[in-house]
Amino acid sequence: MQVSMTVNGDSHSRDVEPRTLLVHHIREGVGLTGTNIGCDTSSCGACTVHVGGQSVKSCTMLAVQAEGESITTIEGLAETARADGIATGEQNWHPMQEAFQQCHALQCGYCTPGMVMAATSFLKENPTPTEAEIREGLEGNLCRCTGYHNIVKAVQSAAEGAS
Amino acid sequence: MIPAAFDYTVAENAEHAIQLLGEYGDEAKLLAGGHSLIPMMKFRLAAPTQLIDVARISDLSYIRQENGQVAIGAMTKHAELETNDVIAAACPILGHVASLVGDPSVRHRGTLGGTIAHSDPASDLPAAVLALGGTIVARGPNGQREIAATDFFTGYFESVLAPDEMIVEVKVPANTGGWNYQKFNRRAQDWAIVGVAVADGGKGVALVNMGSTPLRATAVEAALAGGGSVADAAELAAEGAVPPVDNNADASYRTHLAQVLTRRALEAAS
Ligand SMILES: Cc1cc2nc3c(=O)[nH]c(=O)nc-3n(C[C@H](O)[C@H](O)[C@H](O)COP(=O)(O)OP(=O)(O)OC[C@H]3O[C@@H](n4cnc5c(N)ncnc54)[C@H](O)[C@@H]3O)c2cc1C
Ligand code: FES
Ligand code: FES
Repeated sequence: MQVSMTVNGDSHSRDVEPRTLLVHHIREGVGLTGTNIGCDTSSCGACTVHVGGQSVKSCTMLAVQAEGESITTIEGLAETARADGIATGEQNWHPMQEAFQQCHALQCGYCTPGMVMAATSFLKENPTPTEAEIREGLEGNLCRCTGYHNIVKAVQSAAEGAS
Repeated sequence: MIPAAFDYTVAENAEHAIQLLGEYGDEAKLLAGGHSLIPMMKFRLAAPTQLIDVARISDLSYIRQENGQVAIGAMTKHAELETNDVIAAACPILGHVASLVGDPSVRHRGTLGGTIAHSDPASDLPAAVLALGGTIVARGPNGQREIAATDFFTGYFESVLAPDEMIVEVKVPANTGGWNYQKFNRRAQDWAIVGVAVADGGKGVALVNMGSTPLRATAVEAALAGGGSVADAAELAAEGAVPPVDNNADASYRTHLAQVLTRRALEAAS
């Protein structure tokens, strides 16, 4: 069936099987492969994107459920920051991406797109979190390189930069 | 992992959803937040051939206080319960328990109606509704009926809901009496190995993952009502329960947890 949604500001209308998962639609239909699939069982958060500005595990949502929605993936995050006038650094990135780079908040990088998307959604809901709140806010995102410490530091640094 | 093939229809409103349930019969399933159903379909533990999407029924997403009750539309998301002012003022236990479900991304999608309908004894919110003495409002082809939460759950993933009925609302008494929720797990984001919800200063005590349904700890409630001490009442937490056995815990460990968590919850609530 036909499904239409906005992905990173561009409208995409495509014919999908109802059982197509949003993550497969984004990666294979729209062709944006920054969103990763880790566990495929709703646990790891590697597939996190924003649906209507809120973090969602895109392996646990059907593409047809996103009809009419506005989706942001890691590829579009910097652009939203530029539009909001909050892009930072030489690369003109989203402050969270910049903070991840500055704080070495990644090793292999597999969890990173999901971590960044979950962290930006979390800071919107809680702009001045404690360290414990950051850890709870990211509990749906796993990093198998066990880089949590620097990930938390990056989120703290992004929060401080914004306040 | 991809679910087995199915057809997908968006319900315009509750009547439309109920009509579609009638048309498609056993093959159909309602889809709300999808955060229990889609994982089950990916594992092929469920393979409905027709999904009826009810998540877009916006007039089933509300939180209202009326006549000493808080009425919550079935499509209300966990994240909304967590942050809503009416909930915080009138029955804070619900908002707190919602904030402990899964992780933020799960709470952005999962709904109160979905978690009640799913009837998983390991879920958090059904126990809170049970402890509060809530009511489930179900609508079917012949109209609406109200079911006490204590009568709703009948077994693992089973309830008294008829195949052509849907939950439209959950009602709980406004209650700010002493409350607490103890959720015991070993890893972040996990389900409760055992959980205990205490509402109204101990008048309502409900257990998570201590049987095939969420349970009222009636022996504890009776002991407290009869003037028993918290410590003595908590010892009765597992009375009559047949705790499940899984990788996390055997029955004796769950019994012990239920007693300890009930004592902690009662102490914190009193
Ligand atoms: C990673 C992860 C972690 C989780 N952790 C927890 C946790 O710690 N604690 C917890 O309690 N839950 C947890 N959950 C489950 C979550 O709370 C689900 O959202 C909830 O159980 C189901 O709600 P839903 O709206 O997503 O329902 P769906 O998945 O859409 O539906 C579930 C079932 O209910 C039926 N249904 C849905 N709505 C209605 C209705 N209005 N009337 C009649 N039938 C209906 C559907 O047909 C289906 O059979 C977790 C889920 C995930 C993916
Ligand atoms: S791939 Fe979606 S949560 Fe792991
Ligand atoms: S950096 Fe490797 S999984 Fe997180």
